[in-house]
Amino acid sequence: MTISISDLAPPTERYTVLGWLKRNLFDSFGDSLLTVFAIWLTYAMLKPSLAWGFGEARWNVVADNLKLFMVGRYPAEQVWRVWVVLYLLAAVIGFTWSVWVKGKEKAGFVLIGIPLFLALLPFGMTTRLMILALDLFGFLGILLGRGDNPSFKRWSIISMLLYFPVGIVIIGGLTGDGGFLPTVKPDLWGGLMLTILLAVIGIIFSFPLGVSLALGRQSSLPIVSWICVGFIELVRGVPLITILFMMDLMLPLFLPSGIRVEGVIRAFVAITLFSAAYMAENVRGGLQSISIGQYEASHALGLSGFTTMAFIILPQALKAVIPILVSQFIGLLKDTTLVMILSLFDVLGIGKAVLGNPEYIGTSKEVYIFVAALFWVLSYGMSYASQRLETTLGVGER
Amino acid sequence: MEKTKYSTEESIPFWRDERVLRVLGQVVFLVAVVGFFSYLYNNMITALAAQGMTPSFEFLGRTAGFDIGESLIDYVRADTYSRALFVGILNTAYVSIVGVFFATIFGVILGVSRLSTNFLIAKLSSIYLEILRNIPLLVLLVFWYGAVFITLPRVKEAITFGPVFLSNRGIAVPWGIPTETWSSYLMVLLGALVVAIIVGWRLKVVGDRTGRPPLISLWSSLSFLTVAIVGWFVLPQAPLVTDNPVLEGLNFSGGYVFSPEFMALLSGLVIYTAAFIGEIVRAGIMSVSKGQHEASKALGLTSFQTLRLIIFPQAMRVIVPPLTSQYLNLTKNSSLAVAIGYPDLFAVGGTILNQSGRAVEVIALMMGLYLSTSLITSVFMNWYNEKIKMVER
Repeated sequence: MTISISDLAPPTERYTVLGWLKRNLFDSFGDSLLTVFAIWLTYAMLKPSLAWGFGEARWNVVADNLKLFMVGRYPAEQVWRVWVVLYLLAAVIGFTWSVWVKGKEKAGFVLIGIPLFLALLPFGMTTRLMILALDLFGFLGILLGRGDNPSFKRWSIISMLLYFPVGIVIIGGLTGDGGFLPTVKPDLWGGLMLTILLAVIGIIFSFPLGVSLALGRQSSLPIVSWICVGFIELVRGVPLITILFMMDLMLPLFLPSGIRVEGVIRAFVAITLFSAAYMAENVRGGLQSISIGQYEASHALGLSGFTTMAFIILPQALKAVIPILVSQFIGLLKDTTLVMILSLFDVLGIGKAVLGNPEYIGTSKEVYIFVAALFWVLSYGMSYASQRLETTLGVGER
Repeated sequence: MEKTKYSTEESIPFWRDERVLRVLGQVVFLVAVVGFFSYLYNNMITALAAQGMTPSFEFLGRTAGFDIGESLIDYVRADTYSRALFVGILNTAYVSIVGVFFATIFGVILGVSRLSTNFLIAKLSSIYLEILRNIPLLVLLVFWYGAVFITLPRVKEAITFGPVFLSNRGIAVPWGIPTETWSSYLMVLLGALVVAIIVGWRLKVVGDRTGRPPLISLWSSLSFLTVAIVGWFVLPQAPLVTDNPVLEGLNFSGGYVFSPEFMALLSGLVIYTAAFIGEIVRAGIMSVSKGQHEASKALGLTSFQTLRLIIFPQAMRVIVPPLTSQYLNLTKNSSLAVAIGYPDLFAVGGTILNQSGRAVEVIALMMGLYLSTSLITSVFMNWYNEKIKMVER
C-alpha cells in the first residue's frame, strides 16, 4: 500500500509549544544543561538588579539634575532655543521623509516611536508635552511635503543643508549680550546637547575633509597620495585621547599669539580631524566598489577627470557608504565622551560633576547607568532605524 | 590633405601639457602643505620662546620626582623621566596583553553562543552584544571603577571567596613565590617548549606525507604539559610555593593584589572588546557557506573534523583582519586608563607633561609610541594575511 503525501498528518510538532521547546531548548542532554544554566544566569543577574533598580536606587539624583544632564550650564532662560532646534529637526525630518519616500511611508513609524518612548520616562509633565510636540512638528513637516511638487526635492535638500548652520546659530546666539538671541559661549554648552553637537559637527566638518583625503589617497600623483596616507595612518594609529590632548595643549601654540580658543572649540577641531581620517577610509571603500568601467565609460563620453569624479564616481561611491557613515556617526557619538578627560561638561562630564556634589555621594551607579542608558537608546535607536531604512529603501545597494 | 593631418610640430603649450601639470600640481600641493605646517611650527616656536623654552628631549634624563601607583619594574621618585615613561609603556603593554587574552576567550564564547541552536543562550548573548556595543567604553570604565571596584567593602570587611579577597584596595589573590629551584625550572620549561616544537614539527611532516592532518596543537601542548609537570616533581624542591594573602592591620600582606584601577580597566576593556570580537567571530563562522558543511558531511567527516579542517580555516580568513584591528583598538583604548588613574603610558605621559611643562615633546613621544605599535602590528598582520590568503585556482 502506498501512502500519498496527503494521507500523512501535518507535522504538528513544529507548531506546538512543546515541540518548539524541545527543538530550541531541550534538544539533547547538553542542550538542556545549557538551558538550565541560562535560566539560572538570567535569574541570578536580574533579581538583584531589579531589586536594586526599583528599591534601593536613588533615582532622584537624575531627576533633580535633569536640566544639567541635558544641556549642562546652558542658561535656563535660553533653553527654549534648544527646543526650537529640536522641533526644527523633527519638521525637517518629516518634510524630507514625505518628499523622498513615496509609497513606503510606513517604515518611518519607527521614528515616531522615539518621542513616544521618551515621554514614558519620568520627566515632568511639561517636559513630556514638549517631547510629544516633537511628533506634532514631525507631522507638520509631513503635511508640508505632501503632493507631487517637483521643487520639493530641492527644498528638502536646501532645508537639510540650512538646518545645521541655523541650528548652531540658534544655540550659539547671534545678537551679542542682549537682544533676541543673546550669545551663549560654547564653554557653556554642555550635557547631552554638547555630546550630540560634538558628534554632529564632527561628522559634518569631517565629511569634506575625509572625501578629499580619500580622493588624495587614490590619486596617481605620488606626493599627494603619500601626504594623505601619512595623515590618515597617523591619525588612525593613535588613540583619540592623544589627539584631543594635543589639540587642547597645542592649538593655542599653533595659532598666532593673542588668539584664544575655547576648550569646546579645541575639542571640535580634534574630533573633526580624528573623524576625517576614518571617514577617508570609509569613503575609500566606497570608491573601490565602483567598477573601472564607470571611469572608462565616463572618459569615453568625453568627461574630464574632475567631472568624472564629481558627477559619476562620487555620487555612486557616497551612496554606497551611507550605511557605514551612520555607524561611524554612532561610533563618534560614543567617542565624544572622551572630552570628559579634558574637563569639558559633556553628559559624562556632567555626571562626574554631579557626583562631586556631597548631596549625591554614593549614587555613582545610578548616574553612570543613566548615562549609559542615554547612549544606549541613542546609538541603538539610530542603528536600528538605519537598518530598517536600509532594507526598506534599498540605500547602500547599487 | 595637409589640413586633416594633426600637426606634430605645433606643441601643446606647457600650461595644458598634462605631464607638466602633474608635476606642477604636486609641487604646489607640497609647497602649500609645507608652508602650512611651517607656519604652525613657527607660531609654536615663537610661543614656546615667549615661555623661554626650546623643544628638546633632554629633559627626559632629569629626575621625575613623582610616584607611580603600580609598576612592573622597580621605580622610585628619584628615577628619571624616561624610566617613568618606560614604566608607563610596560603597564600599557601589560594591561593590553592580559586584556587581549581574556577578550578573545570571552569574545569567542559569545560569538559561538550567539549562533547556538539553544534559543535562550543565543538570545542572552545577542542581548549582551547589543547592550555592550552601544555604550561608550569610557562610561563602562568609570562605572566599573566608580560604581563597582571602589565601592567594594573596606579591607576589614573584605568579601572572601576562599583565599581571594575583594575589597576597595583591590583584589588579593594567592600568588606563587619562587624558591631556589625556580631558575632550573625555567630551564625545564624551555626544554618542554623545545620538545613541543619538535613534536609539532614531526606531526606536521607525518601529516603532510600521509594526508591525514593530526591534532598538532593538542599533541604539542600535551607534550609541553607532560614535561612541565614531570619537571615540577623531579626537582628536589617545588619551584613555586603558594603564598596566600592574609589580613594584617589595614592591608593585605602576601599574595598578589590587583589594584582596583587595574581591575576596572581590565574588566571594562575585556567586556567591551569581547562584544566586538563576538560579532566578528559570528560573522566569520557565518561567512563559511552551508555547502561547505554539507560537502564535508558528504565526504564522511565527523562534525569535529568538519569544524577543525573545513570551517575553522576558512572562518579564520574572515576573522583575523578585523580581529587584529580590535586588538589594536584595545591597546589604544587602554589610554582611557587616565580617567580612572591607572598609570599607563598616557597617564604617566600626562603627569610628566604637567611636571615638566614639555607639552610638545611629551605629546610627540606618546603619539610616536602608539603609532609605532599600530604600524608594527599592521605590518605583521599584512604578512599574516598574505600567508593565510586563499590560494585561488
